[in-house]
Amino acid sequence: MENIYLDHSATTPTDEKVLKEMLPYFSLKFGNYSSLHSFGREAYFAVEKARDRISNFLNCKNEEVIFTSGSTESNNLALRGLIAGFKNKQKCFHIITTKIEHDAILETCRDLEKSGVEVTYLPVRKNGTVDVKDVAAAIKENTVLVSVMYVNNEVGSINDIEKIGKLLKKQNHKIYFHTDATQAINFLGCSVEKLNLDLASISGHKIYGPKGVGALYIRKGTPIKVMQTGGHQERGIRSGTINVSAIVGFGKAIEIAAKDREKNNKKIGKIRDYFVKKILDKIPNVILNTDIDVSVCSHANFCFVGAEGESILLALDIEGIAVSTGSACASGSLEPSHVLLAMGVEKEIAHSSIRFTFGKHNTKEQADRVLSILPSVIEKLRKYNPVYNKK
Amino acid sequence: MIYTDKVIEHFKKPHNQGVIENASAVGEVGNPSCGDVMKIYLKIENSAIKDVKFETLGCAAAIAVSSALTDMVKGKTIEEALKITRQEVVNDLGGLPEPKIHCSMLGVEALHLAIKNYNEKK
Repeated sequence: MENIYLDHSATTPTDEKVLKEMLPYFSLKFGNYSSLHSFGREAYFAVEKARDRISNFLNCKNEEVIFTSGSTESNNLALRGLIAGFKNKQKCFHIITTKIEHDAILETCRDLEKSGVEVTYLPVRKNGTVDVKDVAAAIKENTVLVSVMYVNNEVGSINDIEKIGKLLKKQNHKIYFHTDATQAINFLGCSVEKLNLDLASISGHKIYGPKGVGALYIRKGTPIKVMQTGGHQERGIRSGTINVSAIVGFGKAIEIAAKDREKNNKKIGKIRDYFVKKILDKIPNVILNTDIDVSVCSHANFCFVGAEGESILLALDIEGIAVSTGSACASGSLEPSHVLLAMGVEKEIAHSSIRFTFGKHNTKEQADRVLSILPSVIEKLRKYNPVYNKK
Repeated sequence: MIYTDKVIEHFKKPHNQGVIENASAVGEVGNPSCGDVMKIYLKIENSAIKDVKFETLGCAAAIAVSSALTDMVKGKTIEEALKITRQEVVNDLGGLPEPKIHCSMLGVEALHLAIKNYNEKK
């Protein structure tokens, strides 16, 4: 039985071309980026090539890209670093973000609140996007940062970052603009000039690159305070030995993502759209949480009313199909997906959510196999349920 | 979070899943907004549990607990059934991940409620 991976929003397999570029940088070209000798120089030029590839993608200057361990670190550095970077410590700073951000933003904001920072968590529309008018209405005199994710990881909704960027540029006082673009860069362009961004978080493993590497774009002049001190790497902003092989892979991955974007989007979107249509045809009482018109091509998030998400996930896993769920049971918390709740989905319904995220290696045949198994899985779990369609 | 093979086996093919028509007693606990509901049906004759069935909305742990617990209950007297502890169910499953311990609670609660309903009806 062939395993079918439909969880590309969680992580992606490292592209073979990426791996090939990385491999020499383990045992052969193992030098420390910071060393002055030939071994170090070899590592230095490899990393700088990757930085060029990433700055090309982001349409920014080479020195505005800081390598990190991934998007969680980038998000932490962006938010905490900026707040700590302001000189006037007496002032109560205000951050605007959204209710549908990744925990790397939400937990960081909650932590900043404890130290006196004021945070507004904006609601979203039913389609999982933020209304730019709500951003405008939330701006106050002490607003210093707006952080809105580009693409939501659970439902795939795309926020209008460009429009928010324009709005922020028009303000009388400087409001820094950050986006968590982790889930976006596979499918969308991310020119920091076009989007008016000051800060942007990106990650390697969501774009067929390696895990444990990411980057933060920091526009020149943005007052980021150092969060990790040490050997002065990354212009002193992020100390720690440079992860050469991973960065090399990240650079290659972003180059491939941009080059193949159109082709992949078309291919993935075609399978996803087919899959969505068939699910809605074949299974009764299903709610599609992904609004296809405002979402990236990979996502199909459903609620299978009356069947619990974790049970669906495991039943599919037994068949070799990998998906994820927004059910509370799977997260170890009592609350189901905060994203679905913010979109107005009832708790009872949100427990039944399953996220399928398609990738560039998926085929229509794989979608068909899932379609041949899923209806009976849902039917079985609904039969177990004492409160679904019972007299 | 890793489930034991025993949990997965129960989840794949739950024992005693279904309904008893004209059951001697029924106990239902949980809440759909929390994501889990467990309903236990008992057929009791001369203070002995002759048959038991369950219906469960919930995760694999909740289904496995229902399956294992109903196995343990079958054939026991009411008095013996009331002595079954949450921990015994967990042990029977070879353990449960820490966030899933409340699922075992739910099973025992449903059983106790069914027996309470039976005693009150008598």
